[in-house]
Amino acid sequence: MELLIFYPLAGICILFALGVVINNSPINSAISLIAMMLCLAGVFILQQAHFIAILQIIIYAGAIMVLFMFVIMLLNLKGKGEDDKWQSRDRNVLLNILSGLLAAGILYKLISIINEAKFNSPALTYENFGTVREVGTILFTEFVLPFEVASILLLVAMIGAVVLAKSKVD
Amino acid sequence: MNLETVPLTHYLFLSATLFVIGVVGVLVKRNAIVVFMSIEIMLNAVNISLIAFDRYLNLHDGQIFSFMVMCVAAAEVSVGLAIIISLFRNKPTTNLDDFNIMKS
Repeated sequence: MELLIFYPLAGICILFALGVVINNSPINSAISLIAMMLCLAGVFILQQAHFIAILQIIIYAGAIMVLFMFVIMLLNLKGKGEDDKWQSRDRNVLLNILSGLLAAGILYKLISIINEAKFNSPALTYENFGTVREVGTILFTEFVLPFEVASILLLVAMIGAVVLAKSKVD
Repeated sequence: MNLETVPLTHYLFLSATLFVIGVVGVLVKRNAIVVFMSIEIMLNAVNISLIAFDRYLNLHDGQIFSFMVMCVAAAEVSVGLAIIISLFRNKPTTNLDDFNIMKS
């Protein structure tokens, strides 16, 4: 069952991620990023991370991507001109080929590392592993200090965004 | 739980592939907003491996950690888009090649 769901989801995920990079117009990239994040939420549910899957939909596909769409439409970016092309006027093809080679090297190295690592057969997860109740209990007992620090981080980011967007850069 | 479970390595392969796609996006794309989206892909790829190991080790720490990653991503996006807006106000383009104001 898990096999039947995982491989199609993973394939769709990779296709949409490629769509983000290949599309010339930023709005198409944003839509394919939303689709990728919804597929990833499915992958998280398969791994019994229900809380993270819900957060993935609410925060990423909901809040962050709406912010992206809002900025793209506010700045009125169209998919025309050289700005959004794969290679713009200032960059030659050689640089793109080099970055592709670099990425292929990174992928090869990562996959060979993962292949070499020896993982035991997975331990059976217990009955209510990964439920929101379990995660919430740990989040508010053992990890309560990081949780509060994260809220301060978000507050600082909010103030910073308001200050940056308000003032003019000279 | 299930007899036929996907091995941990396949989740890690998915994670590695998405991460590399994000790296390619950052290196190749010249539109600042799309570069930000590629960074989001990379953060999501890291979340996949965190959660895969979390289930593999039967701990919940990976889920808490990916929650923190999401917090940082939200903060990063809000500040980054504010920077893009204020740059756009200065010069009406989002092509990263046009921004060399830090070069003296």
